[in-house]
Amino acid sequence: MERRTIFAGWKLPLLLVAPQLVLTIVFFYWPALVGGWESLTRTDAFGVHVVFVGLANFHDLFADPRYRAAILRTVEFCAAVTALSLGLGLILAVAADRELRGRDLYRVLMIWPYAVAPAVSAVLWILLLNPQIGFIGRFLTSHGVNWDYALNGNQAMLMVILASAWKQVSYNFIFVIAGLQSIPKAVIEAARMDGARGWFRFRTVVLPLLSPTLFFLVIVDLVYAAFDTFGTIWAMTQGGPAMATETLVVKVYNDGVVNLDLGSSSAQSVVLMVGVVALTALQFRFIGRRSGT
Amino acid sequence: MRRSRNWLAHTVLILGALLFALPIWLAFCAATLDPAAIDRGELSLIPRLDHLGSFWDVLVNGGPGVPPVWRMLVVSFGMALAIAIGKIVISVLSAFAVVFFRFPLRRTAFWTIFVTLMLPVEVRIIPTYAVMGDLHMIDTFPGLAVPLIASATATLLFRQTFAAIPDELVEAARMDGAGPLRFLKDILIPVSAANLAALFVILFVYGWNQYLWPLVVATSPSLDTIVIGIVKMIGIDTSTEWNKVMATAVIALIPPVVVVLSMQRWFVRGLTEGEK
Amino acid sequence: MATLVIEKLRKSFGPIEVLHGIDLSLNSGEMLVIVGASGCGKSTLLRLVAGLEEPTSGRIVLDGRDITALDPSARDIAMVFQNYALYPHMSVFDNMAYGLRIRGLPKPEIQRRVHEAAALLGLEALLARKPRQLSGGQRQRVAMGRAIVREPKLFLFDEPLSNLDAKLRVSMRAEIRRLQRRLGVTSLYVTHDQVEAMTLGDRLLVLHLGVPVQLATPMEVFDRPANSYVAGFIGTPAMNLLDATLTAGGTAARLEGGMLLPFADGRREGVEGQKLTVGIRPEHVRLEPGGTPLTIDLVEPLGSETVLLGRLPDEAMLSVKVHGAWSGGERTEIAIPSASLHVFDAQSGLRLDPLR
Repeated sequence: MERRTIFAGWKLPLLLVAPQLVLTIVFFYWPALVGGWESLTRTDAFGVHVVFVGLANFHDLFADPRYRAAILRTVEFCAAVTALSLGLGLILAVAADRELRGRDLYRVLMIWPYAVAPAVSAVLWILLLNPQIGFIGRFLTSHGVNWDYALNGNQAMLMVILASAWKQVSYNFIFVIAGLQSIPKAVIEAARMDGARGWFRFRTVVLPLLSPTLFFLVIVDLVYAAFDTFGTIWAMTQGGPAMATETLVVKVYNDGVVNLDLGSSSAQSVVLMVGVVALTALQFRFIGRRSGT
Repeated sequence: MRRSRNWLAHTVLILGALLFALPIWLAFCAATLDPAAIDRGELSLIPRLDHLGSFWDVLVNGGPGVPPVWRMLVVSFGMALAIAIGKIVISVLSAFAVVFFRFPLRRTAFWTIFVTLMLPVEVRIIPTYAVMGDLHMIDTFPGLAVPLIASATATLLFRQTFAAIPDELVEAARMDGAGPLRFLKDILIPVSAANLAALFVILFVYGWNQYLWPLVVATSPSLDTIVIGIVKMIGIDTSTEWNKVMATAVIALIPPVVVVLSMQRWFVRGLTEGEK
Repeated sequence: MATLVIEKLRKSFGPIEVLHGIDLSLNSGEMLVIVGASGCGKSTLLRLVAGLEEPTSGRIVLDGRDITALDPSARDIAMVFQNYALYPHMSVFDNMAYGLRIRGLPKPEIQRRVHEAAALLGLEALLARKPRQLSGGQRQRVAMGRAIVREPKLFLFDEPLSNLDAKLRVSMRAEIRRLQRRLGVTSLYVTHDQVEAMTLGDRLLVLHLGVPVQLATPMEVFDRPANSYVAGFIGTPAMNLLDATLTAGGTAARLEGGMLLPFADGRREGVEGQKLTVGIRPEHVRLEPGGTPLTIDLVEPLGSETVLLGRLPDEAMLSVKVHGAWSGGERTEIAIPSASLHVFDAQSGLRLDPLR
């Protein structure tokens, strides 16, 4: 996809890309190199000497049951957040795609939570679920449920999943609505002429046509759940109780910033970068197929 | 049959709207209550409209452990605007260069930028902090915003937008005698105005909502954003003053929500057209 | 008023040569139409003249000045684009004025020129509108207005009518012709539509696969097509092209089925049995009782005339245009008047004229 018409000259364009390139190199490539180097080194016990240790940090990392547990926990957390937010977004979008009275108002009401900060959504959900003051939490405790996410790891996990998914529903809603509207009316009409109706029509015609959008959203939601939810988790549980909600990003922060174990934390960053690049590659194949870039 | 399905849709949507609105409404109500009453678990869905003073109180005086909210609002606005405008400017320029020129290392430059797509600040937080130390940018306002300005997403988005500009339009401008910068100013930017606006919304919200990076890079209270401030307020070991926390949370929500809703049409279009 | 001379112009994209050497010269005030199927290189030729592409070799001289190396804006050429290419965010007035402003013309002069052009095109009432508020025909007019206000030495038209519906196309065609005559600006017009080419051009250049095959007035191209490609391309319905061989002495062509077509205008050079292509336009085939039988497969009524698509006894396809409606049956008899024959060499495709 190359343009036919182009402007002549090479100095001006180089000048124009320079700021972006400089920022990218300084804040992406340089840190990546620093992180890569630190992941291969260790500081001795007195904090004086830096020793090159090869892949030992990675070896230790994957040998550490805590880290393996964090990987598994992150996968579960991401899967739950993605399923919940995408599922709800899909249901709401299908409902809002109908010719309803007040449709525009409904859409506004579905879209605005996009603006809520993950950390703020945590605060809102504390207000709902806190066992002492929470609107729902108090109702649960007063009805004999043993509800206390500060002590019970499963309850804490449920809570961060709910708060994280809640904020992401809007994003999914926006994309599914757009995806539904880009399905040509004629296709739906043809399906009606063929006698396909209701759930069957949705499953056999609408859903397949929507699948590229859904695939895109699965990737975006996974990346969101893996990284953007730090604020939600940190504000609610700080990864606790007893690491029950410590996802990989929370662990990087805990090990690197709180416990100052730079070698391990850098190795974790490198693992995460590889993970994100893999997801990006997956998504890029998908983008490439759709828009021919 | 149809009618009953519409009722189903209405029910689903109303439940959805409640799911989104209820926590905010509750937060608003809590902000008007007496903190002792909240601690006793006496939350109610009816605000005490004669008690709106807590909003003013946090704005001017702040809460336990945090500066006045108006100061944090200034930092948040500064950071969100710097990120949004900075990203848009450097991305428009670089996308313009990549799409409308052929120059040595063009592909290299594009791929150098492109590879960083989707690499969120969260995964490079520790090494970036180290680099910021070398640059003496820790605990400074530029340190808060500048590392978040670099990103491939916006460049890629503008590259797509610009690539969709018909060749003939560019040719017409050239026949009219417009040089590259003139074309950028007179034609390209006005024609892409909707995309610019949409991206502004997305980036403003992105900047406003940042938590992890400000937490790591800035420790001085004078650089607290409002999002940082809220979490600080609930992290206090002594009893949390929930009314102040909720008043701050409601205030923190207003700017990004206003931006999203006031530019809803452009924003939705930009989001869905751009990122696919 | 200016002349345009193109000398040995070649253009390659990578290893592929799309224009194989074009020589062309336009008289002052002339409208020359470049016509050909898509991919023949006609748009590339126009874009080379505009300066939007750089030629691989050759020269372009406008009004005595070599413009080959000049920037498009320095060439004093204006162009009307296929998709109009109006600036969507500017009003009609600003669209027309933009090029003049860049050139630094004084405001009153810009006002005068835009209003003059608007009056000429009937756009006065629309000057404040944005392009999206205009109909297709109005946009087309604005695109022309933008070219006119520049008062250039040369107009370029790149299939300007192809996005209009059929009826509007006919009226805009006439309007372009009237305007061009009135303004007297030398013009190069590219189209794939041979009717447009015939009606608009003072002269036509037929391009085929990057090679100029005929440069002549519309009637000459129609009456004496330079090769079998031009013969088949110009005229609707298309000319019948039949396989044949030359008879001894070069006095006639023998169709595959044995039918003999004598040459009325003289003998052709060549050996007996040489392969020929003979052409006869459908409107020149005569219905003649007792002539060659034709089996009719399809009847296409066009209102004032009817096209019959049929087969000769040797299964060769032949179309015939008759006046009025067709009331005959599935068979008829025809004759091919030798005066209306076009004779081409089958191998080279070139026209074979009688020996003198």
